[in-house]
Amino acid sequence: MGKNLFNKVWDMHKVGTLDSGLDQLFIGLHLIHEVTSPQAFAMIKERKLKVLFPERTFATVDHIVPTENQRRPFRDPLAEKMMEALEINTKEYGIPLYDLESKNQGIVHIIGPELGLTQPGMTIACGDSHTSTHGAFGSIAFGVGTSQIRDILATQTIAMSRPKVRLINIIGALPKGVYAKDIILKIIRDLGVKGGIGYAYEFGGIGVEHLSMEERMTICNMSIEGGARVGYMNPDDTTFKYMKGRPFSPKEKNYQKALDYWNSIKSDSDADYDDTYTLNVEDLEPMVTWGINPGQSVSIGENMPFLKDLDTDEQKTVSQAYRHMGFEEGSPIKGKKIDVAFIGSCTNGRISDLRIAAEIAKGRKVASEVRALVVPGSKLVAKQAEEEGLDKIFTEAGFQWRNAGCSMCLAMNPDKLKGKEISASSSNRNFIGRQGSPSGRTLLMSPAMVAAAAISGKIIDIRNLKEI
Amino acid sequence: MDTSKMIRDSISGRCIAVRGNDIDTDRIIPARFMKVVSFAGLGEYAFYDERYTGNGDKKKHPFNDEAFSSASILLVNKNFGCGSSREHAPQALYRAGIKAIVGESFAEIFEGNCSVMGIPVLTVSSDDIENLMSEVENNPEVKMKIDINVKQLFLNEKAYNFNIPDSSRLSLLNGTWDSTAALLNARNKIISKSKELPYLHAFE
Repeated sequence: MGKNLFNKVWDMHKVGTLDSGLDQLFIGLHLIHEVTSPQAFAMIKERKLKVLFPERTFATVDHIVPTENQRRPFRDPLAEKMMEALEINTKEYGIPLYDLESKNQGIVHIIGPELGLTQPGMTIACGDSHTSTHGAFGSIAFGVGTSQIRDILATQTIAMSRPKVRLINIIGALPKGVYAKDIILKIIRDLGVKGGIGYAYEFGGIGVEHLSMEERMTICNMSIEGGARVGYMNPDDTTFKYMKGRPFSPKEKNYQKALDYWNSIKSDSDADYDDTYTLNVEDLEPMVTWGINPGQSVSIGENMPFLKDLDTDEQKTVSQAYRHMGFEEGSPIKGKKIDVAFIGSCTNGRISDLRIAAEIAKGRKVASEVRALVVPGSKLVAKQAEEEGLDKIFTEAGFQWRNAGCSMCLAMNPDKLKGKEISASSSNRNFIGRQGSPSGRTLLMSPAMVAAAAISGKIIDIRNLKEI
Repeated sequence: MDTSKMIRDSISGRCIAVRGNDIDTDRIIPARFMKVVSFAGLGEYAFYDERYTGNGDKKKHPFNDEAFSSASILLVNKNFGCGSSREHAPQALYRAGIKAIVGESFAEIFEGNCSVMGIPVLTVSSDDIENLMSEVENNPEVKMKIDINVKQLFLNEKAYNFNIPDSSRLSLLNGTWDSTAALLNARNKIISKSKELPYLHAFE
């Protein structure tokens, strides 16, 4: 039996086994941001520890960044304080910081790949659960808590138990109007929000080979919503092509050696997996969530489930979801009115997402009762979009064009839902209160579906654009 | 670090049950309360939006119930702590007085965060959690005793078996759950590992 990528990369980074029985794993790349790092630096200082490999940690600001008025000091004194803490900490320990002055600032999971920091065969950790995004390059990437950030800063290693590996075999070609977001929403629905606990997900199969790096990132990004802390894909020519010429990519003279390494860590063709699941995406339809966790979704033509068709355990969560959402069991998702449209986040805030949304927005107008935001995932994404004139298309259609940041995905900044507003969102979580209002409601879907909802004022099937 | 002071082989206390599957980290602590540079003071925001209305009026919630105000053991259902990696979630619970959590199952990052904080996270069967929750709701004054070594907890003179990852059990018994020291012991091995990884040397 051959070995899968996960076990190859894990073994290569294993420093040893601790007395507890956990593995000590070397972290090749550590990314930090303003929200989960200040307490870790405080712990380091309190214990008079050093940062062992300051050159392997990179910082940016994204969660609390206002996307409209970015003048310092921020209007929110708490946000300003977090920003200052990161500035002081990175300066004190010699850690590079891509702050608002930097042309490279953006959501941590967008700038890592953009800068070529994210590479195949690495272990990558960040104090954010969507770190699984970087797995799209064939790295083992996972979210960690603040005490573990402390451990990485002090030792460049982490104590962790090795998960099992499930191969998710994606076959078939995606139909028109159906996107990577729909694939991952379908996987989470099929396997459940706790289905991935204890597993790393390897997304493989012919269906993955056809996907661009940005589409792959969208899928890996939401692994955690299915309970899997790690999601990854094997690197291939698409990966290598993406890597070329980025600021931190290996230099030309060493590129062959890098390629050899990257090819060596791919899963063997006879690799062993603890479990396998196959999804044919040929007949997949646009997916929309209707509930309060990302597993509660239907395809656009489908109705929400009847309680009587569910087991007792699920009935409780589902009836709570209907109560919060104000939806009736058995009703269609299609036609539901929205108040807010949000295009952005580490899931779907990349240039290809904005291009798809712009194509739909072009020559159309946002429905008068809808507040619509487009928030590029990074300054580089914003710059590219502006060069292509996408910002104009959006603003002419009535979308607000914002600066880079996490924005309304988690609403730790001024971008929030108000009251019971309902949003069509390209982000990753529909948890109660997630978008900033305790009674606010979130429908997750692809950026194309969000753009279409913004224009029609309700959820429509993107494949029938003429409905608008 | 004096590990003997960090041994957590038994925990006793009153319990509090928060029912429901898939209780996510945004519900445990809404993101707007995370705009802090220290974890101190997070306790009052635990389950905030479940406990208070938009006007700040109290809702019915176990964390608002005086009868459970001295509880230190939290009882939960399935997939507790799913969602974000924020350690603010277990920190908020810890600072609200929670010293151990017993449930049907837990999200992985949440469980890992609890482990490095020295908070035992124990799993029991669905029947047992239902039984424990009912007992506690009927009699908030009842005390639970958790014995990490024998993997049993006791309530109303009845014993229940629980599961805990071996690594967590050992580090609670040995007082080594704060991982930094153990990791730093391998400093030389860490340095040599860094020399082996080709990408750390630009593939030179």
